[in-house]
Amino acid sequence: MKFGILVNEGPYTHQAADTAYQFTKAALEKGHKIHRVFFYHDGVNNSTRLTEPPQDDRNIVQRWQKLAADYKLDLVVCVAAALRRGIKDENLAEGFRISGLGQLVESGIQADRLVTFGD
Amino acid sequence: MTESTGGIDMDEETSGVVKKFLYVNRKAPYGTIYALESLEVVLIAAAFDQDVSLAFIDDGVYQIVKGQQTKSINVKNFSPTYRALEGYDIEKLYVAKESMEERGLTEADLLVDVKVVSATEMADIMAGQDVILSF
Repeated sequence: MKFGILVNEGPYTHQAADTAYQFTKAALEKGHKIHRVFFYHDGVNNSTRLTEPPQDDRNIVQRWQKLAADYKLDLVVCVAAALRRGIKDENLAEGFRISGLGQLVESGIQADRLVTFGD
Repeated sequence: MTESTGGIDMDEETSGVVKKFLYVNRKAPYGTIYALESLEVVLIAAAFDQDVSLAFIDDGVYQIVKGQQTKSINVKNFSPTYRALEGYDIEKLYVAKESMEERGLTEADLLVDVKVVSATEMADIMAGQDVILSF
């Protein structure tokens, strides 16, 4: 099955950011396809390369980056939501790209299922 | 990237496919950004010629209540935008009857024309969708 993933919550604040990753990873390992992961609302904070969690904690941003590199994932950050929250190309982590909300709608059209993670 | 289609080349990417999209609005209009950013998706989505409906459930019904005044909290009152949806051919707005009644609201309190539906009817509407985006 081809999934679209929508991440609506920020890292370290909300379980949704972790669950979205776990779901995506599990789906890929089961042989499913991920059309795109779209970061919206506070979810855009999953994409900043300035993130530095304590050493004994998981690194949520790098985790996405590795998954994206391993599976050629398309990680898209909403431009309007990102600019509101101070995320721009200069602090965007490698492996993510900034684009418009149309990318989310397109994912809804092209994926078999669009799965939302958030409240 | 163009503003109206949110980074998508319409001709190449999505032509031909029409899916039923339901945007479920569950949060009060102010206090969190969910309602405003949901509306931003709806407006972008309008450019994609999809079959779009909106549902207002729980505190989401407050999003379309008349007479919103936000000056004192220094936040933009975006409620007039709901009136503009008709101009984007988005005319299927459903409101959960129970949510409205629990909050002491009637259809006369709302700033757009809606269809008031029971929880059972809302469930049927949801079951008939291809894509549900819940904010």
